[in-house]
Amino acid sequence: MLSAILIIALLGILMGTALGFAAKFFAVEGNPLKDEIEELLPGSQCGQCGYPGCSPAAEAVVNSEAPVTMCPPGGKALAEALAEKMGVSIDLSAVEEKEPVVAFVHEHLCVGCTKCFKRCPTDAIVGGPKQIHAVFGDACTGCEKCYEVCPTECIEMRPIQATLQTWYWPMPVKAA
Amino acid sequence: MHEAPLLGGPYAHEKVSISRTMLWVMLALLPATAFGLFQFGWPAIFLFLVTVISAVVAESLSLWIMKKPQKLFLLDGSALLTGWLLAMTLPPWAPWWIGVVGALLAIVIGKQVFGGIGQNLFNPAMVARVALLISFPLEMTLFSSPQPLFSVGAPDLLESLEITFGSAGQIDAVTSATPLGHVKTELSRGLTVDEALGGTDTLWQLGLGTATGSLGEISAVLLLAGGLLLIYLRIITWHIPIAMLGTLALLAGMFHLIDPASYSSPLFHLLSGAAILGAFFIATDLVTSPVSIRGQLLFGAGCGALVYIIRTFAGYPEGVAFAILLMNACTPLIDHYLKPRVYGRDRSGEPLNYADEDGEA
Amino acid sequence: MRLFRIRGGVHPDDQKTLSAGQAIENLPMPPLLHIPLQQHIGAPAEPLVKRGQLVRKGQLLARSQGMISAPVHAPTSGRVMGIGGYPAHHASGLLVRTITLKPDGYDEWDDDCEGVPDPFTLAPEEIARRVAQAGIVGMGGATFPSAVKLNLRKRYALHTLVINGAECEPYLTCDDRLMRERAEDVRDGVLLMARALGVEKILFAIENNKPQAQQCMRNAARSCPELRVVGLPTRYPMGSEKHLVQTLVGKETPARGLTADIGVVVHNVATAAAVHDALRHGRPLISRVVTVTGGAIRQPRNLHVPIGTPLDHLAKYCGGFHDEPAKLISGGPMMGQPLPSLRVPVIKGSNGLLALSKDEVRSQVEMPCIRCASCVNACPCGLVPLNMAAHIRAGSLESSVDLGLLDCIACGSCAYVCPSHIPLVQYFNYAKGELAARQRAQHKQGETKRLIEARTERMEAIKKAKREAMAKRKKEMAAKKAAEAAKAEAAEA
Repeated sequence: MLSAILIIALLGILMGTALGFAAKFFAVEGNPLKDEIEELLPGSQCGQCGYPGCSPAAEAVVNSEAPVTMCPPGGKALAEALAEKMGVSIDLSAVEEKEPVVAFVHEHLCVGCTKCFKRCPTDAIVGGPKQIHAVFGDACTGCEKCYEVCPTECIEMRPIQATLQTWYWPMPVKAA
Repeated sequence: MHEAPLLGGPYAHEKVSISRTMLWVMLALLPATAFGLFQFGWPAIFLFLVTVISAVVAESLSLWIMKKPQKLFLLDGSALLTGWLLAMTLPPWAPWWIGVVGALLAIVIGKQVFGGIGQNLFNPAMVARVALLISFPLEMTLFSSPQPLFSVGAPDLLESLEITFGSAGQIDAVTSATPLGHVKTELSRGLTVDEALGGTDTLWQLGLGTATGSLGEISAVLLLAGGLLLIYLRIITWHIPIAMLGTLALLAGMFHLIDPASYSSPLFHLLSGAAILGAFFIATDLVTSPVSIRGQLLFGAGCGALVYIIRTFAGYPEGVAFAILLMNACTPLIDHYLKPRVYGRDRSGEPLNYADEDGEA
Repeated sequence: MRLFRIRGGVHPDDQKTLSAGQAIENLPMPPLLHIPLQQHIGAPAEPLVKRGQLVRKGQLLARSQGMISAPVHAPTSGRVMGIGGYPAHHASGLLVRTITLKPDGYDEWDDDCEGVPDPFTLAPEEIARRVAQAGIVGMGGATFPSAVKLNLRKRYALHTLVINGAECEPYLTCDDRLMRERAEDVRDGVLLMARALGVEKILFAIENNKPQAQQCMRNAARSCPELRVVGLPTRYPMGSEKHLVQTLVGKETPARGLTADIGVVVHNVATAAAVHDALRHGRPLISRVVTVTGGAIRQPRNLHVPIGTPLDHLAKYCGGFHDEPAKLISGGPMMGQPLPSLRVPVIKGSNGLLALSKDEVRSQVEMPCIRCASCVNACPCGLVPLNMAAHIRAGSLESSVDLGLLDCIACGSCAYVCPSHIPLVQYFNYAKGELAARQRAQHKQGETKRLIEARTERMEAIKKAKREAMAKRKKEMAAKKAAEAAKAEAAEA
C-alpha cells in the first residue's frame, strides 16, 4: 500500500519535472502562424474587419481576439481555411456570405475630382483630373473606399451578375 | 417557369421508397411471426401487440418533442418494424412492461436520440434487447415450451391476459430452457453434446419451429424463406447473411471436428437461436451495416465469429444480439477503410497507369 | 464479340415506343430564328455579320475563337435582325449573345457551300479542318468541338474509333431514327472520321433495344470489313463515353484522363452524319434531329429542325400539350436540364424536348438518408454517393473531393434508385460549382495581391523620385547660391 503511494508520487514528480523542462527548452519563439494567416487574407487592406489592415487582422486572429469569420470579402471559403489553420471548428451557416460587389461609376455624374482613384488599393479606377473615371470590374475587390469619398455620389456598388460560365446549381432545399 | 426552387434531375425514378422497403421486410417476417404467435398462443399475441404499439407511440412522442412532421415519419414504417423485430426477440410469455420498456429503449435511446432515422449507430432492437437482458435477467431468460393456440395445454384468453398483464409471473409448469441454454448448462455439468441434445429430434424441432425460444428463434425454415425473398427483391444483398452464417458454420465445423463431444455441430448452431433471424433481418439492417461489398463481407464474418465465440466460450447461451452490436460499433471504421475502387483509379486512389503494366506507353 | 461488364448502372423504363415508330419529319421554317453564339464547349464565337445584313443559307455568321471553339452558320437565308442577349438554352434562364435571323422564305444556299467529290482523297488534317469549318460539335449533347477530337491523332497513339449509337437515355429516339433512315450517310461519315483519326478499327455500338437500327447499320456496313456493328446490353449509362469504351475494350479510362489515353476516340452517330454532310456536300451544321416526346405532348415525333428554332414551334407542330406539363426538359430524363421557357431555341446539342406529365415525374418529398447503399450499388464509377452528399450537406466540400466528387459523371443512377428521394446529383453539381467559384475567388485574391503590390511599388517609386528630385533641386539651389556668393565676393574684391 505504502509502496504503491510512493511509486505513484515519484512517477508524478518525475513526469512533472520532465514536462517543465520540455516547456522551457522546446518552446516556440514567435508565431509563424501569423504569417501563414496573413497569406490567406485578401491583402487589400480594406478595413471592413475593423482592423487597420490585413497584418493587424492576422495578428488578432492568431491571438484569438478576432473570430475566424471576421473577413467579409473572404466569405465562407476564407472562414473555412482560417478555421482549418487555427484548428477550430466553426458553424459556417452563421457566416453571412456578403454578396460580392463591384464599383460602378455613373459617368453622367462624375466630375473628375480624382479622389477615388487615388484611394483605390488595386488601381482598378482609371481616369485623370477633370476626366471621367471608370472602373475595371475584374480588378475591383468591393472594398468601398472609393464609394466613401466620392463627392458627387456617382459610384454605385453593384452585385456581380452570374454569367453562363459562372452559374451553378444551388444546394437542394431539404423538406424534412 | 421557376416559381418553385430549382430542382435538379434526374426526373425519372424507380418505384422505391422507405415505406415500401419496410413493408417488404415486414411481409418477409410475417409467415414466421404468424407461426410463432400461433405456437405460443394468446400471451404472445398480447405481448407482440403491446410492443409494436409502444414503439409507434414512442416514435410519435419523440417526433413531437423534436418538432418534426408526424405523418411523414410515422408512415415510413421504421418504428413499426423496430417494434416488430424487438417483439421477435422477447420471451413470448414475458410481462407487458418488458415490451413497453423495450420499445421505449429501442425507439428513444436506440434511434431518436441519435438524430432520427438513418442516424443511429447501433441497431435499435438489439440495443433494447441487450439493455433488457442485462436489467431484467429473470424475465428475459424465462422461456416456456410452445403451447399452440387452441391446443389442450394452451391458456385461454382470460389466463393469457393474466400471464401478460397480471402480476403473477409465469406458470412454472410449462417453463423450459431453449436448446442453446439447455446445451450450455448440460455441457457445464460435464455431459457431452449428444447426451444433452438427445438425438436429432431437436434439429427437426428447431427447423420446423416446435422447440422453445423467442418468436424469432422458432421457425428457421420460414425465416429462411423470408430472407431469401428479401434477397430476391434486392432489399438486402446476400453478402452479410452468407458471410455471417458461413463463418458461424465454419467455426462450428472446425471445433466440432476437433472435439464432437464438447462442441455442437454446425447445423445445430445454424438452426438454433436467432442465427437466421439475425443474419437476414437484423445484421442486414440498412442503417447500421457497411455500405461497400467488401465491408459487408467483413461485417458478416465478424458477426458470425462473435456469435460462435459468445455462444461457446462466454457466459450467455445466445450471442447474436451482442455480436451484432459489437460489429455495429465497427461499421464506421469498416466504411472508412473498405471503400469500393473508383473507376479509373487503382485501390490506393491513384489514376490507373497502363504504362507500368506492359511496358508500353 | 466479347463484351465486358460495367459496374452498377440502372434499368429505367425506356419509354421509347412513344416516338420510336415516327419517321423523321422536316419542321417548317419558323418566322424567326435565334442562333446563340455559344452552343459548344469552349469560347463563344465572334460575330462577323451586322444588323440588317442579308445572309444566305450556310453562310458563316460567327467565327470560332481560339483552340476550343466552333463557328456558327446561318440555318437559312434571310436578314439579320439583331445581335444581343436572349434567354439561353440553359437551366439558369440567363441571357446569351444571340443572332436573330428573319428567314426570307427562299432558303437559298451560299455559293461557298461546295462539297468534295471524293473526300477520301483528302489528307486527315484537311478532313479535320473542314469539320472545324463546318462548326461540327458532339451532337450527343456534350457539344465538344469534333475537329479537336479528330486532331487527337497528333498527340495520342489511337487504334479504335467507337461510334456511340447507344442512346441510353429513356424517351429519346433521334439517333435510332437517324440510323434507320440514313444508314448510308452515317457509314460514310464514320469512315471519313476513321480516316481523319488514322485508325483501322471501327466499332459501331448500338444498344439491343434498337434491333432495326442494328440491322440497318449492319446492311450498310456490309461493304466495309473494318466497321463492326456491336450490340450492347440495354443498361443506363451505357452511352457514357468511359463506360462504353470499358464495355467494348475492357480497359478503364485513367481518372482525369481521356479515352484517347487508351487509344480510343468516341463520336456520336449524328456527328458522323454531320461530317458526311460537311465533306460530301459542303454543308455546315445548321440543323439536327430532335425528339419531341413525353406524356404531356399530344403527338410525339422526331423532327428535323433548323438550329435556332424556338421550342414552342416544335411543341405546336406536335399538337401542343394535353394539359400543363409538370416538367419541361431538354434532353432525356436522367441527365436532361430543366428549361426556363419554351422561347429558347434549339441548339446544336439539343437532342430532345421532353414534356413530362405529373404521373411520369413522380416527385416525392426528400427523406433522410437511411444508408441503404442502393446508390453505391448503382454507381457506375464505384463511388459512395451517400457519403459525398453527407459531406456536402455538412459544408466540407474538400473532403467530398477526397471521396471522389470530381470522378462523378453526374449520370443520375444514384438518385434514380434512392428510396429517400434525395436529389444526390444536385448536391454534386452544387459542390462542383461551389468549388469552381472558390477557385475563381482564390485566383482573384492572388491577382488582387499582385495589383496591390504593384501599386505599392508604384507609389514608392513616385515618392523616391520626388525625394531625389527634391534633393537634386536642393543641391542645385545650394550650388547656385554658392556660385552667386562666390561671384559677389569676386565682384567686391
